Amino acid sequence: MAKMTYIKAITSGLDQVLSDDPKTLIFGEDVGKNGGVFRTTVDLQDKYGEDRVFDTPLAESGILGLAIGLSLTGWRPIPEIQFMGFTFEAMDGIVGQLARDHYRFGGQKNFPVTIRTPFGGGTHTAEMHADNLENYFVSTPGLRVVTPSNPYDAKGLVISAIESDDPVLFMENLKLYRSMKDEVPDDKYTVPLDSAKVVREGTDITLVAYSAEVNEALTAADALAKDNISAEVIDLRSLSPIDTDTIYASIDKTHKVVVIQEAQRMAGVGAVVASDIAEDKIMSLDAPIGRVAAPDSVYPFAQAENDWIPNSDDIEAKAREIFNY
Amino acid sequence: MANGSKQIVDFAKIKATMADPYKHPVQVINGDGKVVDPDTLAKYSDDQLVDFMKKMVWERTLHEQTMNFSRQGRLGFYAPTAGEEASEMGSVTAFKEQDFLLPAYRDLPQMIQHGTTVAKGFLWSKGHVEGNQHENPNMMFPQIIIGAQYVETAGVALGIQKNKDEDRVAFVYTGDGGTSQGDWYEGVNFTSAYQAPAVFFVQNNGWAISVPRKKQTAAETLAQKAVAMGVPSVQVDGMDIVAVHEVSKAAREYAAAGNGPVVIETLTYRYGAHSSAGDDPSRYRTDEETKPWFDADPLIRMRKVLTDKGVWSQDQEDKLVEQYKDEFKDAMKEAEAAPAQKVSDFLKWTYNVPTPAVKKQIAEFEAKESK
Repeated sequence: MAKMTYIKAITSGLDQVLSDDPKTLIFGEDVGKNGGVFRTTVDLQDKYGEDRVFDTPLAESGILGLAIGLSLTGWRPIPEIQFMGFTFEAMDGIVGQLARDHYRFGGQKNFPVTIRTPFGGGTHTAEMHADNLENYFVSTPGLRVVTPSNPYDAKGLVISAIESDDPVLFMENLKLYRSMKDEVPDDKYTVPLDSAKVVREGTDITLVAYSAEVNEALTAADALAKDNISAEVIDLRSLSPIDTDTIYASIDKTHKVVVIQEAQRMAGVGAVVASDIAEDKIMSLDAPIGRVAAPDSVYPFAQAENDWIPNSDDIEAKAREIFNY
Repeated sequence: MANGSKQIVDFAKIKATMADPYKHPVQVINGDGKVVDPDTLAKYSDDQLVDFMKKMVWERTLHEQTMNFSRQGRLGFYAPTAGEEASEMGSVTAFKEQDFLLPAYRDLPQMIQHGTTVAKGFLWSKGHVEGNQHENPNMMFPQIIIGAQYVETAGVALGIQKNKDEDRVAFVYTGDGGTSQGDWYEGVNFTSAYQAPAVFFVQNNGWAISVPRKKQTAAETLAQKAVAMGVPSVQVDGMDIVAVHEVSKAAREYAAAGNGPVVIETLTYRYGAHSSAGDDPSRYRTDEETKPWFDADPLIRMRKVLTDKGVWSQDQEDKLVEQYKDEFKDAMKEAEAAPAQKVSDFLKWTYNVPTPAVKKQIAEFEAKESK
């Protein structure tokens, strides 16, 4: 066990799979000698050679094409899309091709691709670097979408994603890369690809969040506890599929729920979670389903980011409103 | 700068000469059926030349029979291939079973030659999963998103290189319109950057549905586009099967030897509509425009060469056509006998490990399907 940042935990997971499986390949823009613009793949080229960890020309659609073609020739590709905003250039590769190919072959060929990509606001990046774009991908049959909120899950999830024979979009939160440390085992372990986790137990209200908003929800739960409101916090971890069992078990206990996301409110992951709850658990609820999300503007100019991204105060206020309903 | 003074660079001259290396299509038999490169033709035995002719008759008959089936409402989407027999059969026959084919939607004949059945081709057209499951695993399904097969080719070629497979290449087709896609450049450029083994075909048949070749680009040739990616390329008379085959064989050899990719532009023509569904070429082209291409027909010129050699007769050809028609009718019966598809199977193929929601839906559909 060692204290590790979120980014180091991902690197440790990548190191593990490169060492375990000689068919794994890491590639993307700047991932080789430079070790990625955030250093997520640092030293991996030195350790495993340029044949396994290599730079690509600067073109995201080409990177996805490589991943699909490499799958067809027996490889297990781990492409990096340098920022999630750049996935738009690879939209056909991800949504039009990769996610559908196993189906197209009637299950006869596998496309075990894990696309790693950083996302998330709060670091004052240039535009198209911080958006939460998961909403485009969770509506894609055939594609799994996961995102860890802490270093322990980051390592275990990235290993599970790569070992999965399904294509997985692995979203890495920029703000979390170096802002938190956890005990992370040096040895191999996995975190299941399709399970949410109760990260704080409580009895009065359920807060469902993912990625950086989990930490905001935990802060809100601390504040609520001061007034003896006991909040249970659930980290979705997987955005497609959604682990509704864990959410429903919590609602059966608390009978109140707030669904939280950093992305804009329109047609998002939170809307899917809320509609599932409404369909299956409405009789267990004592109050309307609360939602916390960013407003439906284009992602904000960096200087005003903190006014726009939902924070623990927003979550606390919504939780009090639903609790007191 | 005053008129007439000398500029530091002569852009007009560059533009006027930049296509020069690329606009000399390789040709062995010209449009009149005259052998213009006897040395190359001499490399082929009569049997080989007869086999080329048989393959073109096969493809032309397949096209005609497919159009009949289409009119009878027995097929779905079909992209007519008449006119492109030399380009398609001349190229695919230069490749080996272990080579990986990435076809587009007009390339069913090459897929069948590379190791699947006519019945599978019909099943693809009808919209049946078995149309994507082939005896030779070294092929992708016909790509619909023009350009996607080009970027995927880069990955297949890189995979072949990393596997250190001997004597193996990737080969891929698109049309003239396909060269305008960003993916076209990305695919050729990635393959070039890694010097991976691939042969990229551009079947320039003059039309991207209704948009003529000249409106795709001001470039005089499509072959010259490859130079920007550091890739050697050539134009070939796509109505001359011997020339197409000879160039394809040379390209395969060059790529398989580890020299990186090649781009080949075949100059051919789409006699028919873009697809069997609703496209009417009389809206955008005249008989006057198309006549020279029909006169340059690949079967006419090969027929002349073989007849002159005394190794081909009309009677022989008529018998072949009847034989092929019977085979295609049998293939259609086979396709029509394919098992009905089940939505529960579609759900099972969506993920390797079904998600909880998908599991539930599988159970729901299985219950419906068992009724």
